[in-house]
Amino acid sequence: MERKNLNQSTKFNGKRWIFVALLIAVAGLILPYACQVGDVVLVSSKRRVPEIVDFNFHVKPILSDRCFTCHGPDAGTREAGLRLDTREGALAALGANKDHHAIIPGDTENSTLVQRIHSDDPGDVMPPPESNLTLDDYEKEVLEKWIDQGMDWKKHWSFLPLEKPDIPTTKQPDWAINEIDHFVLARLEQEQLAPSSMADKALLLRRLSFDLTGLPPTLEELDIFLKDDSPRAYENAVDRLLSTDAFAEHMTSKWLDLARYADTHGYQDDLERIMFPWRDWVIYAYKQNMPYDQFVTWQLAGDLLPNATREQLIATAFNRNHKITQEGGVIPEEYRVEYVADRTQTFGIAFLGLTMECARCHDHKYDPISQKDFYSLFSFFNSVPEQGLIEPYGAIPEPYIKLTDTEIAEQLHFINNLDTLKEIPLMVMQEMEEPRQAYILERGAYDKHGAPVASETPESVLPFSEDLPRNRLGLSQWLFSPQHPLTARVTANRLWQQCFGNGIVATADDFGNQGALPSHPELLDWLAVEFRDNGWDVQALLKKIVMSATYRQSAKVSPELLELDPENRLLARAPRLRLSAEMIRDHALAVSGLLNRLVGGPSVKPYQPPGLWQETTGGGGGSTASYVQDEGEKLYRRSIYTFWKRTVPPPSMMTFDAASRDFCMVKRQSTSTPLQALVLLNDPQIVEASRVLAYRAVDMEERPEERIGAMFRLATSRHISELEGQRLLAYFNMEWERFKSQPKAAQELLSIGEYQQKELLSEPELAAYMLVANAIFNLDETITRG
Amino acid sequence: MSKKIIEERQLGMNRRAFLSKTSMGIGVAALSSLFGLNCFRSGEQGALKATASRLGGILDAPHIAPKAKRVIYLFQSGGPSQLELFDYKPLLSKMRGQELPESVRNGQRLTGMTSGQDSFPLVGSLFPFQQHGQNGTWMSDLLPYTSKIVDELCIVKSMYTEAINHDPAITFFQTGSQQPGRPCMGSWLSYGLGSMNENLPTFTVLLSRGTGRKFGQPLYSRLWGNGFLHSLHQGVQFRSGKDPVLYLKNPEGVDSQSRRQMLDQLAQLNAQQLEEFGDPEISSRIAQYEMAYRMQTSVPDVVDISDEPDYIYQMYGPESMQPGTFAANCLLARRLAERDVRFIQLYHMGWDQHDNLPSAIANQSRDVDQASAALVMDLKQRGMLDDTLVIWGGEFGRTNYSQGVLTADNYGRDHHPRCFTIWMAGGGIKPGVVYGETDDFGYNIVKDKVHVHDFQATMLKLLGINHEQLTYKYQGRRFRLTDVHGHIVKPLLA
Repeated sequence: MERKNLNQSTKFNGKRWIFVALLIAVAGLILPYACQVGDVVLVSSKRRVPEIVDFNFHVKPILSDRCFTCHGPDAGTREAGLRLDTREGALAALGANKDHHAIIPGDTENSTLVQRIHSDDPGDVMPPPESNLTLDDYEKEVLEKWIDQGMDWKKHWSFLPLEKPDIPTTKQPDWAINEIDHFVLARLEQEQLAPSSMADKALLLRRLSFDLTGLPPTLEELDIFLKDDSPRAYENAVDRLLSTDAFAEHMTSKWLDLARYADTHGYQDDLERIMFPWRDWVIYAYKQNMPYDQFVTWQLAGDLLPNATREQLIATAFNRNHKITQEGGVIPEEYRVEYVADRTQTFGIAFLGLTMECARCHDHKYDPISQKDFYSLFSFFNSVPEQGLIEPYGAIPEPYIKLTDTEIAEQLHFINNLDTLKEIPLMVMQEMEEPRQAYILERGAYDKHGAPVASETPESVLPFSEDLPRNRLGLSQWLFSPQHPLTARVTANRLWQQCFGNGIVATADDFGNQGALPSHPELLDWLAVEFRDNGWDVQALLKKIVMSATYRQSAKVSPELLELDPENRLLARAPRLRLSAEMIRDHALAVSGLLNRLVGGPSVKPYQPPGLWQETTGGGGGSTASYVQDEGEKLYRRSIYTFWKRTVPPPSMMTFDAASRDFCMVKRQSTSTPLQALVLLNDPQIVEASRVLAYRAVDMEERPEERIGAMFRLATSRHISELEGQRLLAYFNMEWERFKSQPKAAQELLSIGEYQQKELLSEPELAAYMLVANAIFNLDETITRG
Repeated sequence: MSKKIIEERQLGMNRRAFLSKTSMGIGVAALSSLFGLNCFRSGEQGALKATASRLGGILDAPHIAPKAKRVIYLFQSGGPSQLELFDYKPLLSKMRGQELPESVRNGQRLTGMTSGQDSFPLVGSLFPFQQHGQNGTWMSDLLPYTSKIVDELCIVKSMYTEAINHDPAITFFQTGSQQPGRPCMGSWLSYGLGSMNENLPTFTVLLSRGTGRKFGQPLYSRLWGNGFLHSLHQGVQFRSGKDPVLYLKNPEGVDSQSRRQMLDQLAQLNAQQLEEFGDPEISSRIAQYEMAYRMQTSVPDVVDISDEPDYIYQMYGPESMQPGTFAANCLLARRLAERDVRFIQLYHMGWDQHDNLPSAIANQSRDVDQASAALVMDLKQRGMLDDTLVIWGGEFGRTNYSQGVLTADNYGRDHHPRCFTIWMAGGGIKPGVVYGETDDFGYNIVKDKVHVHDFQATMLKLLGINHEQLTYKYQGRRFRLTDVHGHIVKPLLA
């Protein structure tokens, strides 16, 4: 058997490799694909139908994607009385005379499903031509084999009870640092692949710093780490990073997407709202490493806790982050229903990993979520004493609390009342004394009441215990009951995604039938159980992940491995990931020394091209009608503090794939576009940071090559190579010459940005350094964590 | 098709996969993916496929032979009154001041702005109508220039929508859904068909503010957002002023030569990284910088209208010389169309005339009439009207009764979703047609209803797309512009 150890650097070298290859070859002969489970299809190998067809991993994705639209959970559109989402349905007798069956286990000849998928007759073939769906040969063969092998049937994988799997045995256990690695290695060994060698130490610290704090390491941190040869050096770095404010801010930045946080109401005139005290609380909670169950319970139901504290009330602002309209003339009830639906949808995606929205107008097409399930869950969020329309114009939407400066000073010290407001209003959750009756809304229309429903959770996930109160507090308790199959899996997956770019389930927002299957199902379950049984300790789980050998691999990739596993689903290397919008800006501020490390407080308005708000305003909007840029220190806050106007979000952030904050989002895209190049080359924020970085390097070092080297190392965390140094030095000299002949150009360039510096160098020389710094900020390496 | 969906999903989630799966070199793949331009599919067989591969995009080939290559959408934001402009209703003038009969209103939902009114006095247009063109099409005196070109237009008087307020209604028109978050028309086209050029974004947006109601309804940059599609498909706003595209201009003190120097250094340094790490994303990045550099030349070039001859300015009207006006944007739209930008979206604000409608609509019509007509005729004289679809219209219509007090020379009109008028020209649309009819009250459609989703389906059809087949799978569901609705309106097709 041919070896597939494809990456350039591996510790499996020489004689040792031959031994391993032999072992693997033998194992490969004995176990041909028998245990190949997990949603990874390698590119080079043509999809082969497995020896044993697994229902969840091979069959159901096909049924769900191609058949469920007409033969699935939605009773309203079910054709021919056939449903393939339940075993009983799939086995049912069909036709007027009940004389045939879609599936007869073990009998492909008499299973009409098999006949129909192979039919050449357009009137007979399944799926029918008008569905625009087709089955390829592999898929037909899988379905046939599944029936032939007796029609194995299991509950959807993510709804199965969570049990801690055994750690697999591997052939190279000494590679492993912790449990994670055994799972990863076992999977690699199945494909006869070996992991990559450990990443370069400096790049590893850079990766770790970005993944945990969103910021690069400082030179001091780098030097300490590089000099420290003790076995605890890396762990010390992990512990140090987890304890920083920057960690709490970075975690918060991800939570803001999930919580659809914004500083405006989000419709039409898009008026300003004040939600920052809630954001400050999230930062504080992460800083304390608040257990995740408590963190979420407070946000979902803090107001319903016995003797709820002000802090617990503040946490509930989570469910008031949705958009609220003030457009005159709307029907308030239509919008109120929209807000409740938004909370329901957010709950589904954020905590269950299920896209509930589909079930708003009809039974879910793919998942066992009925329309009744949707409105039963909706019912939990329906009894808020709120209005659909903001009236009068500019009012603060009820219900809200007023936080006074005294109570902030005395007991809510985590709120950064920077503008020393006497009173800060904050929208929070509240429960009506008489709960508002919820109904199934026909076709989702706000005024088409169907049957009344009670607060209830989807039974297919986990029945709601009779012991629990039927309110948001009971809902949280349900969510964190030890039997819940989804909560721990979904959260562990998101924390994994934070460190690897992709989750073990690539669709972090969809653990349902249409979502991706886990690449390492046992590993996901192991992590989830670990998380649940370890007190929902977020930092501990993150630490477990980043301590693994899997995480610490090099990101270098050979062409062969790239071709075989372009998406890196098997993790034979570390991923190279483009930094997020926030990280890119924060990085430039950090390495130039401009970054203002103040934590919390009201949102700020850094540089933005003039006119963007004015040219779209309708004349209303008050404070959001025109953008009044801040000055001084406020220009240099971390990007999570940038004011977020939903209808016209900050363009440089959107160009780098920031979430629009219209809805809950748990995974951003990572794209590469020309507009990104323009931002990095020309945005005054980056241009100014280039000047300040140049100044900093001039201040630090004497000779040009040292200064260039210092800028380079600050931005990339590594020493510049000789070739790179020569290239940038030549570039510097060329620009210096140019600026000497065009001193006015130097002056103009240096005058960009508000930050004032003392004079250290002649303007042409400093301007030339500034362009070198700007070039460094534009390197792919700079905006990537590798 | 499904393979392509998978590819696009990978493009969205992990471009590495996408790039490494193309058979040609990484550099070519990266370069060709700029703004969705996919030239690596060239060489496939069949006439349609050849067209598609030239155009690029997720579709192997158009589903049907396209009639239009590009779209210029003159969106009239705020809801223009069909009754003053296109839909001639003498009965309303006869019955002026009388109550809207309940049998006509028939349960229509009212906005909160007039639901409190205890009287709904009918009011006809204060502006006379005349017949024009070969078919004697009725047009308002407010639109003298448009009246002259009615034989080029297909006027649809039977549009209707579901939304009755601006934000949901305009979002519905642009994305097929009333709630924000889905991709807009231009993004869908970029995703489906890709780009036709390597120097300009394939989807551009131009804004102007009307003189009718200086302030009224806002716009939202999310209206040209890519939603859940790849951000390559987002609309790029072209603005009047020094920086026509955000961040396009080099910083003061950096000229084009200096910029070129920097990009050369960057390319070299990035190439070294590519060699070391083997990540195709790096070569994509290199190519994006080259595209950005080309845009720095091509965008100022296209927005610089100083090379237009005098007769063109005369055609579009004097305002066409003032950057940022609707007329200037129409002229710019033609220049973008000439350079094969696929979707050119104009927004003209100010049609939300709840009160003082007569004076407001006169001003507002003057803003747009001459330039809209000039654009159609200019495209025609260049032979571009055949494959350029021009669309003119807003998000809903206005009521046949007065909002507020009706006086001898003043009245207002509230939002009306049940019927309104848009027009289209060129790009495979049947010219010289008036389609659909409303009742004598101008309140209900009596013949040939056209829903927003039908309009969208028809537009996609003209571009060669079956609206049911251009889909994108997100959060477990296949989304499309027309949601789960939409019928092609065949009588509109040439």
